[in-house]
Amino acid sequence: MARAVSKPRKLVFTLVAWIIGLAIFFPILWIFILSFKSEGNAIAAPFHVLTSAFTLESYHTVFERSNYLRYFMNSVILSVGSTLLGLIIAVPAAWAMAFVPGRHTKDVLLWMLSTKMLPPVGVLVPIYLIFRDMGLLDSRIGLVFVLTMINLPIIIWMLYTYFREIPGEILEAARMDGAGLKEEVLYVLTPMAIPGIASTVLLNIILAWNEAFWTLNLTAAKAAPLTQFIASYSSPEGLFYAKLSAASIMAIAPILIMGWFSQKQLVRGLTFGAVK
Amino acid sequence: MTLTIRALMGACALGALATAASAETNITVATVNNGDMVRMQSYMDDFYAQHPDIKVEWVTLEENILRQRVTQDIATNGGQFDVMTIGNYEVPIWGERDWLVPLDDLSDAYDVDDLLPAIRGALSVDGTLYAAPFYGESAMVMYRTDLAEKAGVTIPENPTWTQIKDAAAKMTDKDAGIYGICLRGKPGWGENMAFISAMANSYGARWFDMDWRPEFDTDPWKATLTDYLDLMENYGPPGASSNGFNENLSLFQQGKCGMWIDATVAASFLTDPEESQVADNVGYAVFPNKEGVDNHGNWLWSWNLAIPKSSEKQEAAKAFVEWATSKEYTMLVADKEGWRAAPPGTRQSLYDNQEYLEAAPFAQLTIDTISTATPEKPSVQDVPYVGAQFVSIPEFQGIGTAVGQVFSAALAGQMDADQALSSAQSLTEREMRKAGYEK
Repeated sequence: MARAVSKPRKLVFTLVAWIIGLAIFFPILWIFILSFKSEGNAIAAPFHVLTSAFTLESYHTVFERSNYLRYFMNSVILSVGSTLLGLIIAVPAAWAMAFVPGRHTKDVLLWMLSTKMLPPVGVLVPIYLIFRDMGLLDSRIGLVFVLTMINLPIIIWMLYTYFREIPGEILEAARMDGAGLKEEVLYVLTPMAIPGIASTVLLNIILAWNEAFWTLNLTAAKAAPLTQFIASYSSPEGLFYAKLSAASIMAIAPILIMGWFSQKQLVRGLTFGAVK
Repeated sequence: MTLTIRALMGACALGALATAASAETNITVATVNNGDMVRMQSYMDDFYAQHPDIKVEWVTLEENILRQRVTQDIATNGGQFDVMTIGNYEVPIWGERDWLVPLDDLSDAYDVDDLLPAIRGALSVDGTLYAAPFYGESAMVMYRTDLAEKAGVTIPENPTWTQIKDAAAKMTDKDAGIYGICLRGKPGWGENMAFISAMANSYGARWFDMDWRPEFDTDPWKATLTDYLDLMENYGPPGASSNGFNENLSLFQQGKCGMWIDATVAASFLTDPEESQVADNVGYAVFPNKEGVDNHGNWLWSWNLAIPKSSEKQEAAKAFVEWATSKEYTMLVADKEGWRAAPPGTRQSLYDNQEYLEAAPFAQLTIDTISTATPEKPSVQDVPYVGAQFVSIPEFQGIGTAVGQVFSAALAGQMDADQALSSAQSLTEREMRKAGYEK
């Protein structure tokens, strides 16, 4: 049963929540506003920014100057590709760890997570050299592989926690009914874990979409995703705020829209298993 | 006609198409995001008309990301780029290491002797040119003529730092939101240290003595930093420790700065009526010097196109570099956008052109400051290094930025000039010892 909350208290909490929410969202809102201003107006005092005329000039310039569609397609291929490849590896791995844990399962899980503790720049040169020798620099295949590897520990950890919430007895019952390993994973486990898998997929797509270290360092012209598209609009000499804002909005809009539509799934997945 | 013959003919046609396609050479050009470079990308039709067999792919990046990206690629022989946009800081270091293709066989039409001697010298190692300059800049004083008049000060053509301080004091009207002087304060070797190093040069200071010992504990450095902090604290805008080129540009354009001492390239932004509210009231003067020190800071910077040795398409890359830095390209820009937009500071012929001199009021001073900059002898004292507002050694990016952070902290009021100098001295000594310079 919900706890009774007094009205003034509720009001205060709501107000605080709104203030925090707005503070977090404000930079995106400001970028959105700046993207519709001319360069001259974008750097003016905040009040002037709000009252000056709106224009689509920046979007027009950005579209004219950059091949947005190519960057966008690369982002889609990299994020979706790395997520799918990650799932193919992570589902069996998480299944094994959740339902047939061995003596070292915990250690393996922790070891996997430890790879995330190393700053990526520490392995930049070796990976760059390997990519150079294998001819993978500026290729989507190489980047899909790298993005899969860096996000794999998170995917496995998330799936592992979801799978553990599924009672082993159900799988046992399926086995008793004659289901093989394939049927068990595909027809019993996976449908039950759909909310968990969905939120893992969504989170991983968002992480891969926004990844800006490897995607900037291992690409040049062909495989560059939207992160490079944004990086090409910043400059230490010259005015660029409006164009940079427009480029940023164009880069985050697809993922924002996707997140908006799937937020129910995302929240459900993230809180999956919180209540038994 | 039988099906077999048709199929064969089809295959031949496809084969011919494939051969035609493979005859095209794709080159990848890494470049910075600035107005001149972006403009070039819109003129590519002219290049394709001359070189239909070459296709250019652009990788445009923010300056710091670009620097890291191309350094990593050239140091690992990655071969990702066929043409790199690099500064005159990198060119001598990379040229010496044999990482760049020497540009010693440029065509006669290119007229390599037309390049400004100061710029050409900065891009050469032992007389061999390793990069072609796209645009060059020095530094100068830009000031508001209307504010100077109102305050009753005259800024001479060759001001001293005392005169600058005096003018800053008179032009400052904090109640009206006008600050006498705006200078860089944001930490970074190419940010505040570019300015402070040039200022130190004009005070007779130097980064290192002939044994590579840092000189922050000497009087000229003390005078430089004390005066810099004094100017900014009394007459500078609030929060100056986070102001770089762009922030100051924006302040000046909004009419909040009396004077601004920075790169000459800023003048074209300040006089652009579409962007600047003070476009009609900008005056120029030479970078100041301290009384008795015959040195105007020696600021010299250029963005250049170079071809890494790792490129497999060096011929096509060279054709592009020649086109982009040629006299014809300058004419092309002038034709389409007017002379004011021509890439400045690389060729003597541009400054012999009366039309350009008339269209760009800052042109004469730009050429004068560039021509008198001497990166091989930046200070009145002898130095073991080359470089004007920087020191051309690989370690400088790290050291310059660390010292820049200390000086920026002093500007923010976290320490005084003496503490900042002694901290800069010890950190530079430590880094130079580690790098093996100490004799």
